[in-house]
Amino acid sequence: MKFLFDKDTWQEIYSSIRKNKMRTGITIVGVMWGIFLLVVLLGAARGVENNFNKLFGNFATNSVFVWAQRTSEPFKGFQEGKSLSLKMTDLEHIKNEIKGLEFVVPRHQTQAMAINNFKSGTFGIFGDYPTLDKVQKKDLVYGRFINDNDIKEKKKVCVIEEEIYKQLFDKEEYPIGTYIKINDINYNVVGMYKQGQVGSGGPQGNIHIPFTTFQQVYNRGNTIGWMMITGKPEFDISQIEADVKLLLRNLHKVHPEDERAFGSFNLGERIAQVTGFLTGMQFLTWFVGIATLIAGVFAIGNILLITVKERTKEIGIRRALGAKPWEIKRQIILESVFLTTIAGALGIIFGGLVLMLIDSTIGQGPEAALTNPTVNIPVILIAAGALIVFGTLIGLIPAQTAVSIRPIEALREE
Amino acid sequence: MIKIEKLHKSYPIGKDSLHVLKGLDLHIKEGEFVSIMGSSGSGKSTLLNIVGLLDNHDEGNYYLNGQLIENLDEKKAAILRNKFLGFVFQSFNLITYKNALENVALPLYYQGMARKERQEVALQYLDKVGLKDWANHLPSELSGGQKQRVAIARALATKPKVVLADEPTGALDSTTSESVMELLKEINNEGMTVFVITHEEDIAEQTDRIVRLKDGVIISDERVDKTVKA
Repeated sequence: MKFLFDKDTWQEIYSSIRKNKMRTGITIVGVMWGIFLLVVLLGAARGVENNFNKLFGNFATNSVFVWAQRTSEPFKGFQEGKSLSLKMTDLEHIKNEIKGLEFVVPRHQTQAMAINNFKSGTFGIFGDYPTLDKVQKKDLVYGRFINDNDIKEKKKVCVIEEEIYKQLFDKEEYPIGTYIKINDINYNVVGMYKQGQVGSGGPQGNIHIPFTTFQQVYNRGNTIGWMMITGKPEFDISQIEADVKLLLRNLHKVHPEDERAFGSFNLGERIAQVTGFLTGMQFLTWFVGIATLIAGVFAIGNILLITVKERTKEIGIRRALGAKPWEIKRQIILESVFLTTIAGALGIIFGGLVLMLIDSTIGQGPEAALTNPTVNIPVILIAAGALIVFGTLIGLIPAQTAVSIRPIEALREE
Repeated sequence: MIKIEKLHKSYPIGKDSLHVLKGLDLHIKEGEFVSIMGSSGSGKSTLLNIVGLLDNHDEGNYYLNGQLIENLDEKKAAILRNKFLGFVFQSFNLITYKNALENVALPLYYQGMARKERQEVALQYLDKVGLKDWANHLPSELSGGQKQRVAIARALATKPKVVLADEPTGALDSTTSESVMELLKEINNEGMTVFVITHEEDIAEQTDRIVRLKDGVIISDERVDKTVKA
């Protein structure tokens, strides 16, 4: 392998490449195009995926929402149509008896007018535990989310969504520490977060207050409005959904087959559908990308083959001067590897630039078509590596052709 | 130096085969200046290719520098060519994108000589053929005679045993032909075996020995009378 570090080897390659600018150019463009497409396609696919993740990302994906409705069948002396509500005690039962749970987050929800100085608006008011932040990630701009102390002491504090800030505060005003009035009670603003795209209570934004405060202020006693349940990744969320509802029917003395007594929304299932689509898209991306790469590699092989034909005479001269067949082969293969490497690098650079361009034009903000289109560096390195390996293999074909022409025939070419 | 016994060579042409060399016997000693004369189709190029290890023969024996040439694979042939033989072609066969110096240095590269040394040697030989000042010129910037002299420098650079020249003056006018032949004579006077192939009588007459080929057989093999030549 000494020849690889030999300046002369590279000198030979450099001069032969420099001499054949046209061929070099075409080869480089061919391969560059392949890897460029792969980079851009993978980046675009990642952008679409990121978009979906942005929609659902602040939600734990393996989750289900459960709430109480009315019974639809008579049971144990109760008539149908009995109004049900979830209780704090249900929470303990669920936590203890259902397998595979990660979090059970009880919530309350209502709508109310919130006032700050002379500005006001009607917003969704939520009673929440700190654990909400775990299942529905809050991207905090200022301050903090509700904490355990708020719950324990039933503090009059609130966390607002950015939209609320826009409606209730002046520009540049620092919201933390100010008070907003909801139903004639002043709440100290302790945090503000960026809105997510899914799960907003209303179009106008959400205000979160401690769950216990909500129960007291709105006189909800020991009840729960609805709950969010997340399962551990290895457990099937649909099974958890069924188990929880069956347990609840038991606890609330509802007919075991009364499907309408408790309502639920399985976010995990919805997301699985989208994920399936994403998987399909990724497969397509890879398929197209790899096919393009292979086409690129064959382009190199083809061009090198033509080149060898073109250079028959030169190869003949070199052999007459004492070049061993292996030295000729080696030079052609190295030329191929060198060209693919350069082309691959350029393809990655241009692909990266295009992704940067996409990112800066349509890649940012809530309306972005592709969010943060990026590619994994290892993936690209593997692709480039494969390209070089294939480049070498395909380079073998013209190299073999080059040495199989007898020098005498090569020299006879005019 | 070169010894050929009952050499046969034929080329397949479709179903038939063309018998080009029909049992040649030839012995060239070290330091000789020999020309092979013959019209086209006489087999002289084929002979040169076989002697130059660019082609293999069908029958007979070929000894190069006392070594029997048989069952030669390309690699061995390449090594022998590099070590023993220097080529001068009618169409010069310089590599177009390399300058004169690089062209001369190329066989040394295949010999594995270090770059710096190679360039020194190449320059030395360019000087010998009177083209030191043209070292950095590309072949396209040289005249025909200059190109051929670069090719001769290239053939000499590896210090071969034999210089094989295939119609060395075929593409040159008479004045430059003269200077190229003078150069070959000078090389021969220094002790190099020179083997020229030509169809021009006046070129052949400048050598020491003329071997005439016709239809694949040697029809005459005679020394040139030096007194006539002078």
